[in-house]
Amino acid sequence: MSKDTFEIGGRTLTSRLFTGTGKYGDDGVIPEVCEASGSEVITVALRRVDLESATGNVMDFIPEHMQLLPNTSGARDADEAVRIARLARAMGCGDWIKIEVISDNRYLLPDGYETVRATEILANEGFTVLPYVNADLYVAKALVDAGAAAVMPLGAPIGTNRGLKTREMVRILIEEIDLPIVVDAGIGRPSEACEAMEMGADAVLVNTAIATASDPVMMARAFGRAVRAGREAYLSGPGAKRVLADASSPLTGFLGGAA
Amino acid sequence: MSFYPLMETYAEGLPDARFDDFTEQDVRRAINRTTATVEDFMALMSPAASSLLEEMARKASRLTVQHFGRTVSLFTPLYLANICTNHCVYCGFNCTNRIHRSMLSLEEVDAEGAAIAATGLRNLLILTGDAPAKTGVDYLEACTRVLNRHFPSVSIEVFAMTEEEYARLVRAGVDGMTMFQETYDEKLYAVLHPKGPKRDYRFRLDAPERACRAGMRVVNIGALLGLGDWRRDALLTGLHAAYLMHNYPETDIAVSLPRMRPHVGDWEPATIVSDRDMVQFLMALRLFLPRVGITISTRENAEFRENILPLGVTRMSAGVSTAVGGHADETSGEENTGQFDISDARSVDEVCAALRSRGYQPVFKDWEPLFETRGEGI
Ligand code: SF4
Repeated sequence: MSKDTFEIGGRTLTSRLFTGTGKYGDDGVIPEVCEASGSEVITVALRRVDLESATGNVMDFIPEHMQLLPNTSGARDADEAVRIARLARAMGCGDWIKIEVISDNRYLLPDGYETVRATEILANEGFTVLPYVNADLYVAKALVDAGAAAVMPLGAPIGTNRGLKTREMVRILIEEIDLPIVVDAGIGRPSEACEAMEMGADAVLVNTAIATASDPVMMARAFGRAVRAGREAYLSGPGAKRVLADASSPLTGFLGGAA
Repeated sequence: MSFYPLMETYAEGLPDARFDDFTEQDVRRAINRTTATVEDFMALMSPAASSLLEEMARKASRLTVQHFGRTVSLFTPLYLANICTNHCVYCGFNCTNRIHRSMLSLEEVDAEGAAIAATGLRNLLILTGDAPAKTGVDYLEACTRVLNRHFPSVSIEVFAMTEEEYARLVRAGVDGMTMFQETYDEKLYAVLHPKGPKRDYRFRLDAPERACRAGMRVVNIGALLGLGDWRRDALLTGLHAAYLMHNYPETDIAVSLPRMRPHVGDWEPATIVSDRDMVQFLMALRLFLPRVGITISTRENAEFRENILPLGVTRMSAGVSTAVGGHADETSGEENTGQFDISDARSVDEVCAALRSRGYQPVFKDWEPLFETRGEGI
């Protein structure tokens, strides 16, 4: 298990749980959440980052070793997402960018077409692009062509904690897309994160469920463990990667000779 | 499009008595609904709901944390001018009131901005009276450019404008607008606004929609509770917000719940909206529109503001002076030129400390400006 790593944008990752920085009652808890969860990747909304602030800044709470994943939350189209990504890089937030293009504040559903457009522009500029999208095979394929480093399908709309409502669609992405699949948004309970990992997702991103728990640190630890458990289940079983698993001994062996 | 015809339909089918038709069972059903209907929203605001406030509170609190986390965005108003050509009977800036009138020069705007920015606030709401000849779009544009040096987010609460005028301000760096309809009751509106440009009910009613079209990122609406029948005004405010959310999903819609406050004039409000009524409206709104922003001003006192935090509040003002030039020059507030009396006079630091002690994080910055000129060359 110790060698079970995966790679995004040239960085080798051991933890398959990505965390977030939004919605905490106190950002001071973020270092403990990172530690308890074991997470190595953390997303931060650039719109909330204020490097000029004298009154504290979310960036001050992110441990050094974490891979920063600034997101383009607030972007309503590809052009805004591109501008936010460039600002993030100029502000010293690195080359990773999570594309969130949402022009629907009622349901917060991502705009696939604009996301693909932004991904293409930013990948060409050397960004490591992780787009947040609906669990849609065609959008995911277009993202592969556009140069995405991973695909982040939603489990359910952002902040709903409704779990893996898109289960079947995510399963198809896991089977068909040759990039890391990180289930993002909607996961409300460790058991749901575990299920995503059992299905063969490469990682999950959990923010609301941890940040809004009564005890975020304990919840972070629970998620860390659930993700590992799900991953181990995936690796140890016949795996869900192929729905039509090969039978361990041929079912037509009794016929004798080559089937 | 316009909310007006829809509003008329609702208003016609809405004799006040209907609120009394709801039963506790209707309210329970509304509380348990995943997506509340207009009928549910009415039930939640009906007298029958007053015995079920605690159940409403639990759901409102859960929905708020789920969608917004334990965070509250802070902003402060900056009064640029108190010159006004209107006769709103309930307002201290009413042009017939004999108060000292002034408007800030761009240098003074810069000084006020710097004084406010030093408190940590990064989100500013600029206000003027209604005097387009003096404090019109050109002036607001110039002020915004000055203030953007200090604030990533500048919003306006000024007179109603055309779509083109809003678009001009968006280009200048304004990213939010607040527009209070005061009352949705058209007849009462005419009485409360006897003279002046604000008399045009319909032009004001459609202003938030024009702002959405012009590309404002945040549009905040509200009725001044107490001017007319509060249930009716509250209902129509919620329906107006729902209409805007539905038709302009790319705009962040927020609702303010201001109650009438004492002011320099001698007009007294028609209704007293009690704390209980106010809380009921706040929670009904949260249950009806789980993702709508809800703003509470310093018209409310500190204790009440803290108590209602978990029930749906997402934005608050802090460190408020309603006097022109009241931030850089602390003596300027003493002449009683403010628009209304505030109830929560705490400093930004004090408000933040109170939020933190209740487990909430004050958010100072919630937007990264994307001006073309800033993005260029990066
Ligand atoms: S409410 Fe506004 S328009 Fe009316 S008198 Fe006061 S400042 Fe002027």
